[in-house]
Amino acid sequence: MELAVATPGNAAPAYAYTGGKAFDAALPCIVFVHGALNDHSVWTLLARWFAHHGHGVLAVDLPGHGRSGGAPLASVEALADWLLALLDAAGVQRAALVGHSMGSLIALEAAARAPARASRLVMIGTAYPMKVSEALLTTARDAPLRAIDMVNVFSHSGIAAKPSYPGPGAWLLGSSRALMRRVQAGGTGVNLFHHDFSVCDRYAGGLEAAAKLQCPASLILGAHDQMTNPRQARALADALKARVHSVAAGHALMSEAPDAVLAALRDALA
Amino acid sequence: MPGPSDPGFDTLALHAGAAPDPSTGARAVPIHLTTSFVFESSEHAASLFNMERSGHVYTRISNPTNAVLEERVAALEGGAGAIATASGQAALHLAIATLAGAGAHIVASSALYGGSHNLLHYTLARFGIATTFVKPGDIDGWRSAIRPATRLLFGETLGNPGLDVLDIPTVAGIAHEHGLPLLVDSTFTTPWLMKPFDHGADLLFHSATKFLSGHGTVIGGVLVDSGQFDWHAAHARHGHFGELAQPYDGFHGMVFSEESTVGAFLLRARREGLRDFGACMSPHTAWLILQGLETLPLRMARHVENTRKVVQFLVAHPMVEQVGYPELESHPDHALAKRLLPRGCGSVFSFDLRGSRAQGVAFIEALKLFSHLANVGDCRSLVIHPASTTHFRMDDAALAQAGIGAGTIRLSIGLEDADDLIDDLKRALKAAERAGA
Repeated sequence: MELAVATPGNAAPAYAYTGGKAFDAALPCIVFVHGALNDHSVWTLLARWFAHHGHGVLAVDLPGHGRSGGAPLASVEALADWLLALLDAAGVQRAALVGHSMGSLIALEAAARAPARASRLVMIGTAYPMKVSEALLTTARDAPLRAIDMVNVFSHSGIAAKPSYPGPGAWLLGSSRALMRRVQAGGTGVNLFHHDFSVCDRYAGGLEAAAKLQCPASLILGAHDQMTNPRQARALADALKARVHSVAAGHALMSEAPDAVLAALRDALA
Repeated sequence: MPGPSDPGFDTLALHAGAAPDPSTGARAVPIHLTTSFVFESSEHAASLFNMERSGHVYTRISNPTNAVLEERVAALEGGAGAIATASGQAALHLAIATLAGAGAHIVASSALYGGSHNLLHYTLARFGIATTFVKPGDIDGWRSAIRPATRLLFGETLGNPGLDVLDIPTVAGIAHEHGLPLLVDSTFTTPWLMKPFDHGADLLFHSATKFLSGHGTVIGGVLVDSGQFDWHAAHARHGHFGELAQPYDGFHGMVFSEESTVGAFLLRARREGLRDFGACMSPHTAWLILQGLETLPLRMARHVENTRKVVQFLVAHPMVEQVGYPELESHPDHALAKRLLPRGCGSVFSFDLRGSRAQGVAFIEALKLFSHLANVGDCRSLVIHPASTTHFRMDDAALAQAGIGAGTIRLSIGLEDADDLIDDLKRALKAAERAGA
């Protein structure tokens, strides 16, 4: 569905996937926020499941990503404000905020900025601080396609994850690379890869945000994650008093282990 | 910055999509000869049918053994995913049927495998899908043949029978200017010789019967999606591909391009095309093709090495009028081949024997090592004389129109010792010479 979301720096229409059903703001709402150089399609199995099990679902495309227009926003804080404005536009007062990687930081910051509006916080494939090496940032700036290939390999724990995503016959390394290339190509005049990784790298408000949270929090971490190593999430988990679920997957855990992530998410949102 | 890369081609050929079986520890890929898969609960069943979960329901739609083959071919091609089909013809039909219906139009190379030509020219026309054929090297022809109803451009990486090299970057560019995808038949080249997606093709298929399987044992096809073509954008700009970008009543009102930004084509092809047309692959066939794929890099290197030796022998023989192999400077697409096919131009090619049809027949009948049959891409060397077999109803003028001479011989060079192949050819050429005396 298309939503009119207006925040400083962005007034372009926003897109949110609703799980294969018309969005109903009266139902308990879950908002899914994708990570760097991704879009809503990393969530579709989960979003469909929850949409068909009593929830209103909004899997957003962040500004400048996928089907959402406008320029990409420059900070986690600005993206959190945009996310809250999207809830306004959808007529949602309170929602469970679920984010992956960069999206998990946006969900955290949004839950901190409007504690009464977050019913749950679930951070998937996360770490804090989410620092990016200078070498990778430089490669992202100078040779983004090469950087995409590197991150793609870092993000997967193997070459035989089953039952694959979104269904059998999909080659995860190939589909993930194709998605990142597609989103990168859509960033007219902007190197989205470098932009998104810089946004992650610069975010410094995680522990302050955690202190403001009023809702239950959960972390779902990939046991073999090389992008956001589970060890790097311990301080955040402690600060959030979060329940931690470990899934046998790498950073791309929604596609490498869709059933295990669904089970963990059902538990986290129960 | 140095960093990790995808596993190399040889590693992917052995490992992509497969790990030791978690329930038994079996190292090789198990053959899952089962029609169907037990649901954990009614809720689990419903969620599989509604694409809320990934998994297997019924082998016509997907199967764990087939899925390994699909992932492996996609990995070798640099694609986003694949679908295994009953044959190469079924793969071509599945690609077209997913994108085109009655009233649609295709622009295709005129240098196609006969079965593909039949499907496009005769059979699909009966179902309201028209095709305009253009010579693969006629770049203006590709452009000018596109109509508002066109939904697909299609050619072979190496055309039939003259091994015309498709200028994939240029033809893909023309397709994309018009919001259309380019589909290529990669059977003759395999991903070891060329990865069409790196050159701009959007979809490809193989007759896996040939080099992917490599042993002349099974019939199968694989359709691969690069994930590069933006169906949603093409629909927004040109109104094309509502099949992927509009709700589909035949599958829960699903908008496939919303469900998967890069996998929409394969979702619809599987959820509609395999479901309804049913041209699926047997898991046993998939397993045999996987056995072949494991040695694809080794076999292709040897196929090309042997072919080069045979080509050099034939070029120097007085009974041979000309050899049509793109690595030769005499081939019209030599420069293009050097650019797109630096590892070699495969092991299927034609040459023209001096003399009459009768001499062609004498040549074929004198061969001992080469098998006279209608196939290519076997590990054994194969031969056919089109004028006396596949095209025997044509007179010499009609043959010439099709690019075939009375003495045209097609070879598929196998993995035998090259010296033995050359000895066999020498003997047969002598027999042909005697038949003309």
